[in-house]
Amino acid sequence: MSGMIRVVLAALVAAVVAGTALAETMKLAVTTSFENSGLAGVLLPEIAADLGIEVQLLVVGTGQAIRLGAAGDVDAILVHARAAEEDFVASGDGAHRTEIMYNDFVLIGPGDDPAGIAGAGTADAALTAIAASRAPFASRGDDSGTHKKELALWEAAGIGPEARDVGWYKETGSGMGATLNTAAGLGAYVMSDRASWLNFGNKGDLVLLFAGDPALFNQYAYLPVNPAKHPHVKAEAATAVEDWLISDRARALIDGYRLGGEQLFTFNAARE
Amino acid sequence: MNEIWQGLIEAGRLIATLDADLIEISLRSLQVTVTAVLIASAIGIPFGAWLAVKRFRHRRAAIALLNALMGLPPVAVGLFVYMLLSRSGPFGVFGLLFTPAAMIVAQVFILTPLVASLAHQSMRELWADYHDLLISLGATRRQRIAAIVRDGRRALLTAALAGFGRGIGEVGAIMIVGGNIDHATRVLTTAIALETGKGNFALALGLGFVLIGLAISVNWLVHTLSRTEGGARW
Repeated sequence: MSGMIRVVLAALVAAVVAGTALAETMKLAVTTSFENSGLAGVLLPEIAADLGIEVQLLVVGTGQAIRLGAAGDVDAILVHARAAEEDFVASGDGAHRTEIMYNDFVLIGPGDDPAGIAGAGTADAALTAIAASRAPFASRGDDSGTHKKELALWEAAGIGPEARDVGWYKETGSGMGATLNTAAGLGAYVMSDRASWLNFGNKGDLVLLFAGDPALFNQYAYLPVNPAKHPHVKAEAATAVEDWLISDRARALIDGYRLGGEQLFTFNAARE
Repeated sequence: MNEIWQGLIEAGRLIATLDADLIEISLRSLQVTVTAVLIASAIGIPFGAWLAVKRFRHRRAAIALLNALMGLPPVAVGLFVYMLLSRSGPFGVFGLLFTPAAMIVAQVFILTPLVASLAHQSMRELWADYHDLLISLGATRRQRIAAIVRDGRRALLTAALAGFGRGIGEVGAIMIVGGNIDHATRVLTTAIALETGKGNFALALGLGFVLIGLAISVNWLVHTLSRTEGGARW
């Protein structure tokens, strides 16, 4: 009996192993917003075709991406949380920081807009209106780049942690998609990157209510893990991918990427 | 209710079109969990039988501990294995993190106590029946264990299948140590989590139905191959 099972198993395992081919691989920890946008699906096949490098994505929050990089478990990270990125380079874990592109955050909420943020002039005013109305707001609460950005916006609007009580401010402690699902269920306001929102399949009553304030712009940067500190990382592959990401070829693909007819990312690469 | 129908339809579509990604992640699910079950059984079954046969001072405490470990939280196991296999951890030099091997290691931690505990339960009853006979025949401890394992093989098969059931549906640990990398470590459960996060409920539910179908097929196949529950057998 067990002999027969083993034969079946061996065949299955062989079938799975035979599926992988490409010469070189590197591991890149990226934020959920990058993956959810669908841009990864455009760029990675081009990188594979041009450089012969298979980029394996680990889709995590920015906080976890930086932890993975600091442990040397990935070869590079692509994230959006400037202060944390600079700490990552300062600690010697990151080789350097290269800005690649930006997208923007949007405020989503129920269609009847109980806090009336659709007509707000600034992100400050919109958040102040939500807090004043005590309409439910779903926060990521997971130390991701989006969460950090949201916290900075609350601080800028003068609404501190003590003012955001659990009566209306719900921390989901999970990814963008899960938080959008929660917001759809609660009829809550939520801040999302535009790409995740456009690609989200369970919108329910939610609609995009506020966008366009420059305070909501969101800069992505690519940080190779420092080979001086983590000698096993694939530094050559990481550098080749970096050079590709700041090339005109990447510019055309990034600026040209459309989702639902909208441009999501703006290429602004500049090596620091 | 409508979304559940869409999930069923989606599952049917994925299977009918032999979707390449679906086949890949299903095979990887099987590869990881079946390997983990084989390793967990190789450790857990002899250990469970040994625990049934051997009398020692803290046996009761050891059994209580083993039973408690059946409830190990997969997320905590995942984090523990991540720290072991991380480049900054003690086994980092092997570069196993974010590979199917890491997922197998995590599942072995989760499944072994379950298999060992269930094996012990069934072996203990057999041992009560066989005790006098085997002692009077002068069997060595190794022979005693071999005898009850052979005669209790159907109960042990159930223990292994219970391990398979826990492993194939597990997501917390393999998400952390595997990383859900497309075409590398993505399996059915992590794909379900991913599609749920994207709000693609129909596809996520469809994958869930495929997972259930896969679990039923494996159990049926194992029972058929081992000819249990046949008409003339009890």
